[in-house]
Amino acid sequence: MTALVLAEHNNAELNPATLNAVAGAQALGGDVDVLVAGSGCAAVAEAAAQVSGVRKVLLCDSEAYGHALAENLAPLLVSLAEPYEHLLAAATTTGKNVMPRVAALLDVAQISDIIGIESADTFVRPIYAGNVIATVRSSDAKKVITVRTTAYDAAAATGGSGTVETVDGSAASGASQFIGEELTKSDRPELTAADIIVSGGRGVGSSENFAIIEALADKLGAAVGASRAAVDAGYVPNDYQVGQTGKVVAPTLYVAVGISGAIQHLAGMKDSKVIVAINKDEEAPIFGVADYGLVGDLFKEVPAMTEALD
Amino acid sequence: MKILVAVKRAIDYNVKARPKADGSGVDLANVKMSMNPFDEIAVEEALRIQEAGHATETIAVSIGPKQCQETLRTAMAMGIDRSILIETDEEVQPLAVAKLIKAVVDKEQPGLVFLGKQAIDDDSNQTGQMVAALLGWPQGTFACGVELMGEQVQVRREIDGGIQTIKLSLPAVVTSDLRLNEPRYVKLPNIMKAKKKPLDTVTPADLGVDIAPRLHLVKVAEPPVRQGGVKVPDVAALIDKLRNEAKVI
Amino acid sequence: MEREAMEFDVVVVGGGPSGLAAAIRLRQLAIQNEQELTVCVLEKGSEVGAHILSGAVMEPRALDELLPDWRELGAPLNTQAQEDRFLFLTEKRSFRLPTPPPQNNHGNYIVSLGNVCRWLAEQAEALEVEIYPGFAAAEVLYHEDGSVKGVATGDMGRSRDGGEGPNFAPGMELHARQTLFAEGCRGSLTKTLFERFDLRNGVDDQVYGIGIKELWEVQPEKHVAGQITHTVGWPMDRSTYGGSWMYHLEENLVSVGFVVGLDYKNPYLSPFEEMQRFKTHPAIREVFAGGRRLSYGARAISAGGFQSIPKLSFPGGLLIGDAAGFLNVPKIKGSHTAMKSGMTAAEAVFDALTGSEAQGLEVTTYREKLEQTWLWDELRGVRNIKPSFHWGLPMAMLYSAIDTVLLRGKAPWTLRHRPDHAQLKPAAECQPISYPKPDGELTFDRLSSVFLSNTNHEEDQPCHLTLRDDAVPVAVNHARYAGPEQRYCPAGVYEYVGEGEDLRLQINAQNCVHCKTCDIKDPTQNINWVTPEGGGGPNYPNM
Repeated sequence: MTALVLAEHNNAELNPATLNAVAGAQALGGDVDVLVAGSGCAAVAEAAAQVSGVRKVLLCDSEAYGHALAENLAPLLVSLAEPYEHLLAAATTTGKNVMPRVAALLDVAQISDIIGIESADTFVRPIYAGNVIATVRSSDAKKVITVRTTAYDAAAATGGSGTVETVDGSAASGASQFIGEELTKSDRPELTAADIIVSGGRGVGSSENFAIIEALADKLGAAVGASRAAVDAGYVPNDYQVGQTGKVVAPTLYVAVGISGAIQHLAGMKDSKVIVAINKDEEAPIFGVADYGLVGDLFKEVPAMTEALD
Repeated sequence: MKILVAVKRAIDYNVKARPKADGSGVDLANVKMSMNPFDEIAVEEALRIQEAGHATETIAVSIGPKQCQETLRTAMAMGIDRSILIETDEEVQPLAVAKLIKAVVDKEQPGLVFLGKQAIDDDSNQTGQMVAALLGWPQGTFACGVELMGEQVQVRREIDGGIQTIKLSLPAVVTSDLRLNEPRYVKLPNIMKAKKKPLDTVTPADLGVDIAPRLHLVKVAEPPVRQGGVKVPDVAALIDKLRNEAKVI
Repeated sequence: MEREAMEFDVVVVGGGPSGLAAAIRLRQLAIQNEQELTVCVLEKGSEVGAHILSGAVMEPRALDELLPDWRELGAPLNTQAQEDRFLFLTEKRSFRLPTPPPQNNHGNYIVSLGNVCRWLAEQAEALEVEIYPGFAAAEVLYHEDGSVKGVATGDMGRSRDGGEGPNFAPGMELHARQTLFAEGCRGSLTKTLFERFDLRNGVDDQVYGIGIKELWEVQPEKHVAGQITHTVGWPMDRSTYGGSWMYHLEENLVSVGFVVGLDYKNPYLSPFEEMQRFKTHPAIREVFAGGRRLSYGARAISAGGFQSIPKLSFPGGLLIGDAAGFLNVPKIKGSHTAMKSGMTAAEAVFDALTGSEAQGLEVTTYREKLEQTWLWDELRGVRNIKPSFHWGLPMAMLYSAIDTVLLRGKAPWTLRHRPDHAQLKPAAECQPISYPKPDGELTFDRLSSVFLSNTNHEEDQPCHLTLRDDAVPVAVNHARYAGPEQRYCPAGVYEYVGEGEDLRLQINAQNCVHCKTCDIKDPTQNINWVTPEGGGGPNYPNM
């Protein structure tokens, strides 16, 4: 049984999400190959070959794949699909964009955003915005899957000894054209896409004091969020709000500062991989869900943390 | 050009879904259903394009039981010209939905097909992409901006880390993301007018599509309750844990 | 500002039992008599039933009259009442008392009133009633001569500061020859009508209770379908009116709730916390062990009964249902009388409209007819029960027994009501109450509870909990009464934040479940609840 993972990359470096997808593929128990399709992406293929547990890297280097356009990538994957029972990608916007197209071309179902694998044909995935966890079994011969990155710890980036094999691609379909990209790299990341979020609650006390939160966020390269109480009190505008009626986020790290942890807030961040709470009230409900809790005065602890992080 | 918009009747976004006690499915008894919020955004975008003079007719299509008529009437109350209900009481999964929509597209020949990026019940985020694949059309998913430019459509898309702009030749499939637009309020007189707009009903059999599901539900469960972890004594300990234990920084 | 207008023969404000019964009856009469009659129902909830909350054990009397074939039509009256239990609770013990005659539920059904209303709405639509959920009637419209012309729906898309947002859509006017106000307890437009037409002249103040309800799915071995339990006593003290219900419906569902009379005196009392601690009583808690809580909500009820019934008609309109106040307190039932009042109003309105082309008619025949119905006899017979609770629980129970069994409701006197909001004592004269902390399994905090009501309001809109005087909360409510709104609101809308100079009342309008308790209980009547943007509020499932 072999699985093929579609690598995510920017033609120069492998995107870490690929390592989570590879780990997911490895949980299937068979061999794992990786497809690196791009333009001028040989270095990425080399990097992929070094990932622990990767058997073979298929390298398809052609301008048509330079920007991961689905119309071009999907037929490529279909053309390579024959030996594989499982075709996977990380559930990034690229994976989500490309894989369903592959599934339809193969006339099979896709299983989206899996968080667990029970067997070669049975998978666990969240539905109803994560309020329900479903276990589903596919009756198709091939399974097309996207993997939630926070569900699988990254496979080691080194220690692997995979081979790199060049494969032919095809011409671009021409129906779609890449025009441009605006990546928010130096600016603070967008809340729903951020890997790390630092959120302030009513305990922060004022909009001026929110600078403390922002300073920590900047140090961590994080987005800034807020609880509804902070928004209602006017400390920050409402697009900062994380929660049931605000944004639902699932970052790798969520730092809740001066936030009590009402269920409405939890509904917006409970799927975070790691939750940290900093609050002076040791009975605050947030400590009931935080992986690491620091009981203390945020005005002392948060600046201390910002300074210690270097 | 005609625009086709696919809309799904799904659980209302205000209602919390729960698994049934026996895990056999989600408890939907007497639960409020509404048009999937992403689909509402798709409808709004189609209407704006029509109002800007780029489309002659807008059509809504929905697949499901008879009650989906309400969803289609809502779309028409927003301004959609006419609708099609593909009526079935069976479960329809994204691949089957995509095939049904393709059948409608083959008949209606629209220049643009709009869908919501995902339904808030199944959260699959597949149907639009599958429709595009089956039709051999280009796709602009997670759209936060749509601009028609002659025989092409320029789509700004939300991607991890920013915005990507692509240009697609028409006909094309576009799926809407949350920030594409703010749907209009439905006005009372339009609700009344919508009752008189055409709503045709067909079945999957009429369209020659096999809708048998490919994924079988084994069970559903509540998500594991998150437990509290440890308390750390100070900032240094916290950073140490985050760096070396959790490995998130 | 010019608003668009739509014309109807009758507009009904509110899609609850009385409004829907009235609409159905009107269309039945129209069809029967081959008359044209357009009937429109406006409902502020996102769907019919979204804002309906009740125990409920329903007496099918009115339904039998309205839709005799309700069984064949699939009305969701699925669980017949099997057993009535009436318990007196002390902190640790319970004593079973004889079931008071009004609480004999033989022949009645345990229902979800929300589902019954959803079903009534289907029947109404089949009769061509136009129902528009998601639209709040925000304003009463008047002709030049002062008669009611109809209502206007609220604007949609106004921002918090009152300005017009990008999707702004002005409200619409709905003109009608007769407008039936069926807003339920403490209706916001009804409140303005009382003033405008002096409808409460000569009648007792309306008095109220707040009912807080949870719906649970219990372990099958603990479920006894059709079992009905009411309790009095603990946790209420002798001078505070209140009691609980527990009804076992179908499918392992149990409706449990607590009613507290809003004439309570201690500003430290929290009806929500009373309800939570009630569940911990040894005779009660077992039912819920191993179960899960599905839903939560709260609503005020009109408890004044007979002596609080206002003038019901005015030029151009009528009051029906709990907005007028036809709830039978000892029976703890209001939906059958609400429906009956709607049906009677429909009959009177139909005659009036077909008899005359005139606009702005005052349909006084409604009250005349109502006084001839079982509703009137029923309410008159129980009129002295609720007010007898001024004498405390033991006297009230004694009196009620005498009044019901010996006097059969025909006492030659009528006890009077006193307004609820005036009963609150200053905090300095009262003892704070120490409530137990929620355990998260049987008892819960307010925010987790509101979460289960699926309440949502459009964020950016003017606050619908308006204050007549912004200075009063800090100067009076907080200073004199220790901010009772923090405690009587079952949804955590009101919070006093800050200290000293910075102390202020924060209003979390987003959480509001539209129960109307604040409008009722604010000691200076400073809080005026108005309709938020249509479609907002709770989305009660099966409540």
